[in-house]
Amino acid sequence: MKDALGAVQSVLVLGGGSDIAQATVRALVAGRARRVVLAARDPAGLEAACGDLRRLGADHVEAVAFDADDVESHERVVGGLFERLGDVDVVLVAFGVLGEQERSLHDPAAARAVLQTNFVGAASVMLPVAERLRAQGHGSLVVLSSVAAERGRRSNFVYGASKAGIDAFAQGLGDELAPDGIQVMVVRPGQVRTKMTAGMEEAPFTTTADKVAEAIVGGLRRGSHTVWAPPVLRLVFGVLRHLPRPLFRRLDL
Amino acid sequence: MAPATPPRSAPLARAPDAADGSAGTPEAAGYLRLLCGWGLTAPTRARVARPGERAEVEDVLRESGPRGVIARGLGRAYGDAAQNAGGTVIDMRGLDAVRDIDLAGGRVTVEAGVSLDRLISLTLPLGWFPDVVPGTRFVTVGGAVASDIHGKNHHHHGAFGDHVDSLELLTPRGERIVCARDQEPDVFDATTGGMGLTGIVLAATLRLSRVRTSWMRVDTERAANLDDVLARLDAGDDRYRYSVAWIDCLARGRRLGRSVLMRGDHATLDDLPPERREAALSPPRPPRLAAPPWVPGGLLRRSTVAAFNEAYFRRAPRMRRDHLEPLHSFFFPLDAVRDWNRMYGPRGFLQYQMVVPFGREDALRAAVERLSGARCASFLAVLKRLGPERGLISFPMPGWTLALDVPAAAPGLEPLLDGLDELVAEAGGRVYLSKDSRVRPELVRAMYPRLDEWNEIRARLDPDGRMRSDLARRLGLTDAHSQAGSVR
Repeated sequence: MKDALGAVQSVLVLGGGSDIAQATVRALVAGRARRVVLAARDPAGLEAACGDLRRLGADHVEAVAFDADDVESHERVVGGLFERLGDVDVVLVAFGVLGEQERSLHDPAAARAVLQTNFVGAASVMLPVAERLRAQGHGSLVVLSSVAAERGRRSNFVYGASKAGIDAFAQGLGDELAPDGIQVMVVRPGQVRTKMTAGMEEAPFTTTADKVAEAIVGGLRRGSHTVWAPPVLRLVFGVLRHLPRPLFRRLDL
Repeated sequence: MAPATPPRSAPLARAPDAADGSAGTPEAAGYLRLLCGWGLTAPTRARVARPGERAEVEDVLRESGPRGVIARGLGRAYGDAAQNAGGTVIDMRGLDAVRDIDLAGGRVTVEAGVSLDRLISLTLPLGWFPDVVPGTRFVTVGGAVASDIHGKNHHHHGAFGDHVDSLELLTPRGERIVCARDQEPDVFDATTGGMGLTGIVLAATLRLSRVRTSWMRVDTERAANLDDVLARLDAGDDRYRYSVAWIDCLARGRRLGRSVLMRGDHATLDDLPPERREAALSPPRPPRLAAPPWVPGGLLRRSTVAAFNEAYFRRAPRMRRDHLEPLHSFFFPLDAVRDWNRMYGPRGFLQYQMVVPFGREDALRAAVERLSGARCASFLAVLKRLGPERGLISFPMPGWTLALDVPAAAPGLEPLLDGLDELVAEAGGRVYLSKDSRVRPELVRAMYPRLDEWNEIRARLDPDGRMRSDLARRLGLTDAHSQAGSVR
């Protein structure tokens, strides 16, 4: 159960390989979280992450198999995960692929794969999660969106569109679940130094997974519906999204 | 013929109002509602049923789903004791019959949903007052039993459970049993202070004290610092039936722990001026002020609280003897402001109440020093000596109890309170479960050494685990050899 100060006891991560997710779970375990399930396509690769969490004091840590693209399996897998974990205080939807914009332009299959995982996969798994949270009468659903969801940009609009889709989906789901006391929180990080962005040129306001984790933990405590990391990006994108198109087009973004 | 009950198959509607800690339209079948405690933190959703009589309570219990049931009274527990996320919450206020008043012996038998407010307004004009009352009269008898509440007379008269002659309990398996100190004593001890987890209290027979007036004769004195207040409480408490000290948790240095002691007894007829003797037992007036429906966060900030504390301390007489005070303002000062819990703003607040045994004044001092050092705004802090222990997981134990309200949004609160919990546990003390909304589950076992014993009795009464609450889930109270927040 979430306590009066917003600390949680159990966490389910969908996309347990994500650097942001792992940083977030470490921060939660440093607080009150004691039961953690990391679900990922390659659970064997999460041994080190599980070991870290145990050392930080978690009692029950396991890595299990979950495939975001196998949408047919989602209901069954989510049901099984909730059975294993009992009450789940936080579900973090963290899986996603960046794709290659250049390649996507010429390879529709590559573009579809990004949309499939980031949007269809995430939406598909969030629905059974929402049902389970509603049934247990409490909980938070955290979804990693991106600042790329704020405005379509030449440099990353396939990824941006997939995140814009899931961002809108999560906003609506959050309003649907609010009367049930379920928090749905959209997280919009800027560029984060992770394995996903390794080798990329650094954008302004590039942040770290730990900073994003801090923002998520803060948002869970406050019951926020949206968090930005770093927070200044809220202002930056507030301006950017209202720039007139001719001007926006000239910016190299 | 059984009375008609609303159809169980009717779809559940969401109640119109949300997490305000109160209840919606009376309905036995239930509404889906967000509930939270008096601190207005951590709301969860449950089906709230409001039975009007015992048979309907049995129906609700029988038809409860896998997430179980818990009884709820007036929602004055600060945290999550009367919440049951995803399950059923039984609003007991519909069971409000007064079954019997024994005016010769000073005993009353009431259903669990009767509030102390109602009880007092019924018995006080007749010259009887409950043996134990807490700081608010807006609690139900069932809640008072489940929390085994204490009042300003604990050092003399013990807790609520010490003054319950017998209880009628609906066990989780649906049997109605009567328990008392000499009848099913283990059930009685597990139920008084048992946080509602041994079953549903349906009715209780309580002992009342004879009073001659609805006035108190009160001595007030200031204490310059913590040593001073402890010495005064130690030396003088035996002479006072009721005793409590307001303590300034913001004062520092030489004034650390400065306090105002308020101690007294029921006034006799002779204590009253002649013009008051005629209507000496007129009952307390109902609340007249109401807090505004919405309050911006941070109204009760350090600067305003420090100013309040300064004024409160200076306003108090250095020493005043035999001052007459209306009974209700002595016992229930905050009841004069309805919904005062909203004053802490939208993120709510919590009450931290702990006790450390006599002899561990060092831990008490360390706690007050840390609170003062953290500049943790609280204008409601009380210090009191407690008497003997009773029950299995009741809060009171011989020692010093300190209680203070803090806004949940206060910066640095979590490490501060976690540190205090460790200090208290190490000193052999405990925090009060009815106030708690955040203690580390790992520490509860150390604080309540008889928890396993309690849990064995509870498990015997409730083998299927029907009684559930958010508090029990959060702290793992009902897990065998309680593991912190384990799978349940």
